[in-house]
Amino acid sequence: MATVAPPLDNNHRPSSSSAAYDPTFVPDAVKTFVVHLYRHIRDNNVYEIHQMYDTSFHTLTDRLFKDTPWPSVDAVSIYVDNDHVFCLLYKEMWFRHLFARGSVGLKERIESWDNYCELFGVVLLGNVNIQLPNQWLWDMVDEFVYQFQSFCQFRAKLKGRSEHEIALLREFDKDFIENAAMQILKAWNVYGVLNFLQALVDKSMIIEILEREKQGLEQFTATDGYDYNGGSNVMKVLGYFSMVGLLRGHCLLGDYQTGLKCLRPIDNSQQGVYTSVIGSHIATIYHYGFANLMLRRYGDAIWEFNKILLYIFKTKQYHQKSAQYEQILKKNEQMYALLAICLSLCPQVKLVEETVNAQLREKYGEKMSRMQRYDDEAFALYDELFSYACPKFITPSAPDYDEPLVNYNQDTYRLQLKLFLYEVKQQQLLVGVRTFLKVFSSISLAKLAAYIEVDESTLRTILMTYKHKTHAADARGKIISNADIDFYIDDDIVHVVESKPSKRYGDYFLRQIVKMEGVINDLDAIKLD
Amino acid sequence: MGREVAENSPPPPVAVPESYTVEQLVAINPYNPELFLDLEKLVNEQVNSKTYNLDANLCLLRLYQFEPERMSTVIIARILVKALMAMPAPDFSLCLFLIPESVQMEEEFKTLIVLSHFLETARFRQFWDEAAKNRHLLEVIPGFQQAMQSYAIHVLSLTYQKLPRTALAEAVNIEGVALDKFIEHHVGNAGWALDKGHGKDQLIVLPRTEVNNPELKQNAADSIPLEHITKILPILG
Repeated sequence: MATVAPPLDNNHRPSSSSAAYDPTFVPDAVKTFVVHLYRHIRDNNVYEIHQMYDTSFHTLTDRLFKDTPWPSVDAVSIYVDNDHVFCLLYKEMWFRHLFARGSVGLKERIESWDNYCELFGVVLLGNVNIQLPNQWLWDMVDEFVYQFQSFCQFRAKLKGRSEHEIALLREFDKDFIENAAMQILKAWNVYGVLNFLQALVDKSMIIEILEREKQGLEQFTATDGYDYNGGSNVMKVLGYFSMVGLLRGHCLLGDYQTGLKCLRPIDNSQQGVYTSVIGSHIATIYHYGFANLMLRRYGDAIWEFNKILLYIFKTKQYHQKSAQYEQILKKNEQMYALLAICLSLCPQVKLVEETVNAQLREKYGEKMSRMQRYDDEAFALYDELFSYACPKFITPSAPDYDEPLVNYNQDTYRLQLKLFLYEVKQQQLLVGVRTFLKVFSSISLAKLAAYIEVDESTLRTILMTYKHKTHAADARGKIISNADIDFYIDDDIVHVVESKPSKRYGDYFLRQIVKMEGVINDLDAIKLD
Repeated sequence: MGREVAENSPPPPVAVPESYTVEQLVAINPYNPELFLDLEKLVNEQVNSKTYNLDANLCLLRLYQFEPERMSTVIIARILVKALMAMPAPDFSLCLFLIPESVQMEEEFKTLIVLSHFLETARFRQFWDEAAKNRHLLEVIPGFQQAMQSYAIHVLSLTYQKLPRTALAEAVNIEGVALDKFIEHHVGNAGWALDKGHGKDQLIVLPRTEVNNPELKQNAADSIPLEHITKILPILG
């Protein structure tokens, strides 16, 4: 996807095709919009806020602001009593719209960073006593991480920039001050970004809240994070979503272990506040699955991808009108690609539900059969799918401005791809063995070696590799097998054992019991006249 | 709706009293550029005292990513050897994900990657040969040999119920009398047994677990964690 490097001069104006942009002009529709939104926020009318935020804003954007930014915050603030927090929120939306529209220059990126500093600063001080819809709060965290990612990509793309532009970037990065605290103040510095997310998690005490909820001492998930005691949900929910933000941030840096650790307070085998917003649900599972893939926990990844793909299949029609629809579809396709990869490396088709399996066959059936041959063509396919579906990794450090003919933004991606393919290639040895294990219930090492055309000693290493690769350590460090075909060796005979499919009776009964209880409660609640 | 506020910068790393250990510091705030020296010291401590802390090491590798000028290849090499010793855990790969490709091109790292490759593909003979050629890298880390032998036994235990003595010898790189002692020790402490195979070779019998005897594998999928049961207790009660 070739893009032209955006211009960097200080007089940068977002390109508008038709009319010149006048930031001080406020159309009537916008006046009405901000006045009503401000009132709903003051009245804590979350439902109305959500309608305006999710629908009206986009309708107005489509109608009036397809090619220009919204009016500047200074122009609208008089209609909202110059309320500080409202202005920060408006500005956040303003920048989000700018980023969504297209190329953003260095100046705007720094201004957006400053706005986030102020906004999160206010929240962290506990000075916000309103309630906002979860969708909005999720979008803030999501956009924050996205703009960080975008900035790293922007900074690292040196090829094609003019000397003047490179000088500006170099100037920007030159303020490398030894003092640790000063580093963090620099716009979109990785320390600053991660520290903000961590601070939101810490200050909101969300981890303790979730712990207490498990013991029945607090309500959080039950109220979807909203506060019905007159307090504010903003800091708590921002803290909650920041855990997902940290998972995402760490995946972008290639640190999957720590990413998963950040997510641990959230139990992703259950519903939770993260499922209350479709964008958050998908982002959580996508990154969780991807991290598990890189940690070779293919079984876990397959299980989670299966669940979310089924969920999206059943519910995507309800999101057709929403602004996130395209993103949902894109992530859906990417997760099918990741599922194809996982299943090729770990054939456990029993973990995949019928509908999902059918979709998977349609999209990747042919490619998967070629991938399982582990020849050069197969590696090319693994490369293709991985590159399509992986997150847009970033390089968190400043590039070398003395080497301006190189793009650095691909470095992390290339490394992750290389190491992933390395792992895939190690599985190449196992191809022949698997075919024969499916056919025989027991076979001598000598015979098997002859069939695969290797010597016995090599066969022993191949069999040991098979065992090692199919037995991953799970999150608690316990070794579990994800092999569909298993075996053991008794001196010089290989005995094959096929794993039986697990019928999850327990889960089924649990669900039916809860459902039945729900039905009985509903019946009890019916008043007969 | 909200009061005016002057503070608009991200929170600086939390200042903690001197008495906190490095592990505690990492737990409180891992995104702290002041942790470099402490984390590097911790790596050396892990080497000397045969301990291991993956989280702290990943934290340091991350910080090196953020500030490549402060990277120490000596420390990174140590972290990688410690990660190798953690096998079968995938820690070695996890560390590699965070080390720039250009750094991985250096000789000592290429060697470690080759060693890891041999271990991942159970090529124990090649592993020990290559390790012998690179003693200077490995012998400085106490416990390396034992850790590798432990891993070898782990893989053998996954694969075999009964294995010939020669296969064991190759995997743990011990021969002759020393091997006898080694086997004796495991017979006494790890549930091994000896068997006379039909050939001349002595057979080692490994304890049966659910990994080398899949028939024993309990249908774990059907066991229900306690938290799920607690949800329906009010209903049943």
